[in-house]
Amino acid sequence: MSTAAPQPVTPRPAVSGADRTAVRPAAAEPQTVAVRNWSVPILLSVFTLVSLLVFSLNAPAETATFRISNPSDAVVLPDLAAPAGPTAWVLTAVLAAATAAAWLLTVRGRRVPGWLAGLFALAFVAAFLVWVVGSADNTTVFLTGLIAGSFTLAVPLIFGSMAGILSERSGVVNIAIEGQLLAGAFLAAVVGSQTGSVWAGLIAAVVAGVLVSWLLAVFSITYLVNQVIVGVVLNVLVAGLTSFLFSTVLSDNSSTLNSPPRFPQIRIPGLADIPVIGPILFDQTILGYGMYLIVGLLWFGLFRTRWGLRVRAVGEHPKAADTVGIAVNRTRYLSVLLGGAVAGMGGAFFTLVSASSFSKEMTAGQGFIALAAVIFGRWNPIGAFFAALLFGFATNMQYVLAILGTPVPSQFMAMLPYLVTVFAVAGLVGRSRGPAAAGVPYVKE
Amino acid sequence: MSTAVAERPAGTSTPRGESAFRRIVSGNGMVTLLAVLLSLIISAVLIVLTDEDVQESAGYLLARPADALGAAWEAVSGAYAALFRGSILNYRADTAADMVRPLTETLTVATPLIIVSLGVAIAFRAGLFNIGAQGQFIFGAMFATWFGVHLDLPLGVHLLLVMTMAVLGGVLWGGVVGMLKAWTGAHEVILTIMLNYVAVNLLAYLLNTPVLRRAGTTNPVSEFLPATAMFPKLLGDGFRLHAGFLVALLATAFAWWLMSRSTLGFRLRAVGANPDAARTAGMSVKGTYVAAMALSGGLAGLAGMAHVSGTEGSLNTSVAGSFGFDAITVALLGRSHPVGVLFAGLLFGALRAGGVTMQTETGVPIDIVLVVQSMIVLFIAAPPLVRAIFRLPAPGGARARGTADPVTQPAVAGAAVTGAAGQAVAPSAQTQDAAVSATAAAAGEQDGDPHREKGQAL
Repeated sequence: MSTAAPQPVTPRPAVSGADRTAVRPAAAEPQTVAVRNWSVPILLSVFTLVSLLVFSLNAPAETATFRISNPSDAVVLPDLAAPAGPTAWVLTAVLAAATAAAWLLTVRGRRVPGWLAGLFALAFVAAFLVWVVGSADNTTVFLTGLIAGSFTLAVPLIFGSMAGILSERSGVVNIAIEGQLLAGAFLAAVVGSQTGSVWAGLIAAVVAGVLVSWLLAVFSITYLVNQVIVGVVLNVLVAGLTSFLFSTVLSDNSSTLNSPPRFPQIRIPGLADIPVIGPILFDQTILGYGMYLIVGLLWFGLFRTRWGLRVRAVGEHPKAADTVGIAVNRTRYLSVLLGGAVAGMGGAFFTLVSASSFSKEMTAGQGFIALAAVIFGRWNPIGAFFAALLFGFATNMQYVLAILGTPVPSQFMAMLPYLVTVFAVAGLVGRSRGPAAAGVPYVKE
Repeated sequence: MSTAVAERPAGTSTPRGESAFRRIVSGNGMVTLLAVLLSLIISAVLIVLTDEDVQESAGYLLARPADALGAAWEAVSGAYAALFRGSILNYRADTAADMVRPLTETLTVATPLIIVSLGVAIAFRAGLFNIGAQGQFIFGAMFATWFGVHLDLPLGVHLLLVMTMAVLGGVLWGGVVGMLKAWTGAHEVILTIMLNYVAVNLLAYLLNTPVLRRAGTTNPVSEFLPATAMFPKLLGDGFRLHAGFLVALLATAFAWWLMSRSTLGFRLRAVGANPDAARTAGMSVKGTYVAAMALSGGLAGLAGMAHVSGTEGSLNTSVAGSFGFDAITVALLGRSHPVGVLFAGLLFGALRAGGVTMQTETGVPIDIVLVVQSMIVLFIAAPPLVRAIFRLPAPGGARARGTADPVTQPAVAGAAVTGAAGQAVAPSAQTQDAAVSATAAAAGEQDGDPHREKGQAL
């Protein structure tokens, strides 16, 4: 019996080179088994089931009509008429096929590719749209306008989320996006009205955003105050300050202090006439075009330049960054201030693009949706861009649903970004992990 | 006025036996007092700058400076006197009842605020940031309204049931966060922020369905609660003060007992101070997170009920107001201690109650209260800033760690700091004052701070 005990231990004789190569496949086997993420196929199955039970079996007997073009457009495309029942069945079949592929891939131990998930999301949204429009009192909707509206609503979200990414990638949690947007909107309105220049208003918005983020930086980096607390308090401070100044100064002098000029829509000739894409992408204000530039620049800067590597190093492991000579707190200051500038521009959207004047707490929680986009986009500018677009779409659907008169309460569309984010951080929709050192002040020892 | 500090010979570190005077002026109480004072001064500046009389007289400032100064004094003293008359004692009133009415208003407004802030404070002590008090408050209010409107029970029993159900509603919404954090490692700040908005939209939805909407109306308001589900008035019908205030006092006592006398409270504090050490000692950190969030949510739910059953009488979409966010500031000002929270809640209740009078009598918008509130918290969160403004001495190294608030300044207090990714990061033993003075030394400031040497030596 006593001799049996050591037997489970693999004997390790001196093996020759040939023996070693023979052993290798067996040693590699456990590795392929280890990485299987079952949550993706399970989640896709749930959504397919929803599509089957709600959109297909419960389909209205109407035809959902999607208008693509306006009669005045250069190229007029015919309307898309989708009989709700058959279309839902076709889309459900697509969803089921994608789900089956996901199960198959996962069983074989391979990752579900991003394009498959994208296709699935697109088909699901289409099925939802057909169902919702088909069940509405008014079964015609202007699809291009719906998408273009989503892009417009996403502009402040995207600017805000870029600010969040800049700050959090460097290790400073930014709950104060809401305050930065609001301050930007306020100062843009005041300076824009005083000078009559949209550009002066935009610069003022940038200054306001930088001021708020400077407070965030001073308290969280220099005074080591908990970053979440500073963020929450700054939101209250900015809301209080702007509301106070609005009531005391702006409301009585609205012609001189609260009637800013607005950025004009710039149609790019030729490109704007392309059906669908034209009105969505090439008929925007300068802020809308600037948004693409900033997303691209930020992505390139963060992941392809020395500056970006330093910012990310400071956010992941400040001590290591310090050891190799990176000034941790200076990098953090610069990132947070730059983020404030970007968020300020997003704030200008409220008073220089979408509304014609400032009103109390007009950002109405958009800063928190931007924060949600940061998390859902996994702290990546491109990811946050698409997350913000999705949330912009959800916000726009909220208005459209209210007009159409549909069975889905608009409050549920309003809830969507927040619920999706809860699922994302809880790891039900992939794992969403932030920079390791975000929230932790760095003190040099 | 850097007298006391500058006279100390440079190089001598803080002596072991600090003088009583030095202890007082460098302590937390002094910082809190000065933070409140500083916020009131800055708000006064705001009031002066936006006052129309001041702006007018500023036009001929050089010719008659006394006019501008007089107008400024008028604006500030008028506003703050109205604030006092609206919150403590209306000395202009004719009857004794009208004189003390403002004080009862303060207590009424403070009632839900104190209860919800106790919840936030308990979560703070367990190392959790419950930004979701707003959502839990709404859940408590929704549960209270539903059980208040839909049931017909005798006096007393009904009120108790409504209270229990409101607590349950809050426990539910808070507990979800605790469970998600415990099981998936999701950060509670993000979860609670997002769930706040889910709760707000759910409330708006339910108030548009027969579940909560008043019969025969399309407005999003609920039926009025019957008298059996309302808190009785404490001082007769002439005053709004209700028995909910006694509940707030009981809740304070309960929170004190829980945090300083019970095993669960010890576990909460241990996990808050250092989750790794608590785990090593055999405590269930995950279970403690769930318990802390459930407790915190339960108190927020009770606060929602106290608001509906105490003053509102029915539910509407803006029932939660800004209670959830005010609670964070109250808990911080009270340094997460139940008794501190009680007094901080009374102070902010007074600011709110007085702010209404100030707005109606002097035209200074109540929004200034938000400014005062947020600045108080910013200042108490950064004691070195307040000390630098008033040229106060800083406490010695070890005591700096002791007096630092583990919630607002975990890195200074030496508490375990948790990164966004969820894992604990080793705390830094450095004190904040050393960090600040190191920065100052680098900037070439010569202010005779005894800690400067320490900073340079690093």
